[in-house]
Amino acid sequence: MTLVKTAIGRRSFIKSSALAGGGLMLGFNWLASCKMTPEQVNNLPKEWFEINGYLKIADNGQVTIMSPNPEGGQNVKTAMPMIVAEELDIDWKDVLVEQAPLNTDLYSRQFIGGSQAIRTSWEGLRMAGASARHMLKSAAAETWQLPIEEITTESGTVYHKSSEKSASFGEVASAAAQISVPEEVELKAISDFKIIGTSKKNVDGHKIVTGKPLFGIDTHSEGMLTAMIVHPPAFGMKFKSMDDAPVKSMPGIHDVFTIKVLEDEYERQHFDTCTFLEIVAIVGNSTWEVMNAKKAISVEWEPFETYNEERQPYRGPKQTLTIPAGLESSDDHKTKMIAMASKKAKVVRKDGNPEAAFRKAAKVVERTYTAPFLAHNCMEPMNFFADVKSDSAQLSGPLQKAELTEQAVAKRLGIPVEQIDVELTRLGGGYGRRSYAHWALEAAVISQKMKAPVKLVYTREDDMTGGIYRPAYQVIYKAALDSNNNLTALHINAGGIPESPLYANRFPAGAVDNYLAESWTIDTNITIGSFRAPRSNFMASAEQSFLDEVAEVIGKDPIDFRLGLLKKAQENPVGEKNDYDAERYAGVLKLVKEKSNWDKNDATRNQGVAAYFCHNSYAAQVVDMTWENDKPNIKKVTCAIDCGIVVNPDAAANLCEGGIVDGIGNALYGELTFKEGVPEKSNFDSYRMIRMSESPKEIDVHFVKNDIDPTGLGEPTFPPVFAALANAMYKLTGKRYYQQPFLSKDKA
Amino acid sequence: MAKFNLNINGKQREIDVDATTPILWVLRDHIKLVGTKYGCGIAQCGACTIHLEGNAVRSCQLPVSSVGDKKITTIEGLSEKGDHPVQQAWLEIDVPQCGYCQAGQIMTASALLEKNPNPSDEEIETAMNGNICRCGTYTRIKKAVKIAANSINA
Ligand code: FES
Ligand code: FES
Repeated sequence: MTLVKTAIGRRSFIKSSALAGGGLMLGFNWLASCKMTPEQVNNLPKEWFEINGYLKIADNGQVTIMSPNPEGGQNVKTAMPMIVAEELDIDWKDVLVEQAPLNTDLYSRQFIGGSQAIRTSWEGLRMAGASARHMLKSAAAETWQLPIEEITTESGTVYHKSSEKSASFGEVASAAAQISVPEEVELKAISDFKIIGTSKKNVDGHKIVTGKPLFGIDTHSEGMLTAMIVHPPAFGMKFKSMDDAPVKSMPGIHDVFTIKVLEDEYERQHFDTCTFLEIVAIVGNSTWEVMNAKKAISVEWEPFETYNEERQPYRGPKQTLTIPAGLESSDDHKTKMIAMASKKAKVVRKDGNPEAAFRKAAKVVERTYTAPFLAHNCMEPMNFFADVKSDSAQLSGPLQKAELTEQAVAKRLGIPVEQIDVELTRLGGGYGRRSYAHWALEAAVISQKMKAPVKLVYTREDDMTGGIYRPAYQVIYKAALDSNNNLTALHINAGGIPESPLYANRFPAGAVDNYLAESWTIDTNITIGSFRAPRSNFMASAEQSFLDEVAEVIGKDPIDFRLGLLKKAQENPVGEKNDYDAERYAGVLKLVKEKSNWDKNDATRNQGVAAYFCHNSYAAQVVDMTWENDKPNIKKVTCAIDCGIVVNPDAAANLCEGGIVDGIGNALYGELTFKEGVPEKSNFDSYRMIRMSESPKEIDVHFVKNDIDPTGLGEPTFPPVFAALANAMYKLTGKRYYQQPFLSKDKA
Repeated sequence: MAKFNLNINGKQREIDVDATTPILWVLRDHIKLVGTKYGCGIAQCGACTIHLEGNAVRSCQLPVSSVGDKKITTIEGLSEKGDHPVQQAWLEIDVPQCGYCQAGQIMTASALLEKNPNPSDEEIETAMNGNICRCGTYTRIKKAVKIAANSINA
């Protein structure tokens, strides 16, 4: 057992007894659509006692646990309450889970992003459960007039074993709610976990498979109008004029107008990326009517002039971004990136004397890797609900950074944050896209103007051509080998449009005596945003493909070669700022080697390997494949991952499988190109997404077992699979894959 | 606007909409059955899959005027209690991640098994290839389809 201070915000312990169950704050309660049987109604608890912001206990012993973070497929809505339930010492079958609304007083970091939900909430969730358990024990101790030290709990019951007294949590809940919050609580020993580490089904599984309203796009409220937008057809363009009269009189249309998404003097924060500052809004009764008006409207656009944008990034000082004028094309992007290679770049890290090492090298291996812009393509298109009154607002929708969205909307509408309520709906995929909630601002501005509740829905085309893409990248890797085939120096020159992908302190930094990492960027008016494992999703691909090729030149087994470098990094690291644990890194490589039968790698089985560390977790993968009818046929992906304690193993495996399939899809087919500012793909007829027949026939996920606090899982399996795939494809085709996507258009 | 009498999940529903309105939007906006999802609007993603007389069709490309008295089944009507063998298999394998594509996946899979209760891997792939899942749940979907097939044949 560990003693920890209860550092949860005081407000989270404000107790209010006899709370009504459910208690969603908007008028359209999702649950209302699920009919209950008379039996279920009879069994409904009569009273709920709120023990703290995370949980309440009913008189019948049922426990409702609030899941603070939004759910977007990472399964936090099951995993987070599991952690609370573990420390509370209750049976999982007695737990009901509810999605918490945004509440910055009660919860911290209600974000999705960076695979950090479980990692940053781990302690807080455990404390919430443990302190409630302590309060239940004190309540029993007081009632029985016995010392608390002699009270134990098990499966939702408090016991005083020697006097054979017991009471259910429900029976002592009312008294527990009156107990003051302990200053210190005991946490369970990891070896005593009963819920954490066992597979629990998705708490929303039944609702999903029966089509219940869960997603933002499913929102409906009395008197709600539907809105759509028309944005410029090309990056580099802005609104000029429109002829809205014919459209305004179309059936079901209420109004057509332009909106400014951000005011000129608006001070931007990190996630306030907004592609098109002035857009057309069409508001009407129903989606189809608005869609028809959208097709019929004629809008004129014009090129904009170069401008600067001030922004307060997540960390560090304010930045000024230059948004250049011009209609950009992918061909120009390529030319510009190639030209950067011969220009002076910013040195980010330097160890030893790389120049000398390259001069002395017996052999130099140099390769260039590139990757295109990618659209997120969440299956649920961007959408948001806003009901803005003169001095308050109710918002609802799929948000990854609800707290920041609330602040932005407050500023934009001139309504204090306290007067804004935000309900968090399930996300039909996020992958970073829903951190940039300009569409929430758009919905709010439209609702304010219409003085009515509004649901804004993007068409797939609006979504895909609306910016916030994974940037385009290029990296040149250069390795120096001495006459004994030792890797003596490594030079990385990395850049992108408009962001560099470089992580200078990651492996193989620390494993090479002479090391130089440089960075550059190219401005663009195409907007970008975080995309599942930002930057890592490219660097892993390039780095791990390159190491494969170097291993081949040296004549070493690719896994042994990596393990050799990691051994050096562990025993005799170069530099001080290496941000990875070489032992855990090697651990996943060894595990994947064993589980994939790597040593039995014969000519009939073509395997490629890769490993990467990001979002605090380590992942290694081996891809087994064949080449049939001139197409890749992926037989199996074996994945080893070290993400500390695994809360919900089967769901965790599902998430790893997802990262692998998504990675393979983007590696083979993912690409968004531009011509004169216009995205050349706008829907799934041209944007190739991986389909069932192309995904691996089998995925085998293995977790490294340890007692380390849990770390990220939504992202770490995504980056390395690009390279494991490229390395396996090389075995089959004899071709190295330097440019994403790996399959040319005719093959895809 | 025109009046239509539709048979949806065994109930007659009268609606007054533009004759070109796709069934997807009739369901979502007018009948308030939102289990059927919008993903692309051009019959490329399968999120909007429903059954029309037992066949899997993309409701985003199905104008209300073309339906007549043919029977429409949506995810909400696939089974009364949510216990269709495909739904059960989905829960057993815990297929969904974000879940957005899953209603469409389930509707495609259940129509497949209705016609071919014992599909091969290749037949499953062919039938399911029109349904995109960005979360990448394909391997689990395939497993769940096979489990559902087994339970139907048992
Ligand atoms: S919405 Fe109908 S197939 Fe995509
Ligand atoms: S589960 Fe998210 S798109 Fe399929």
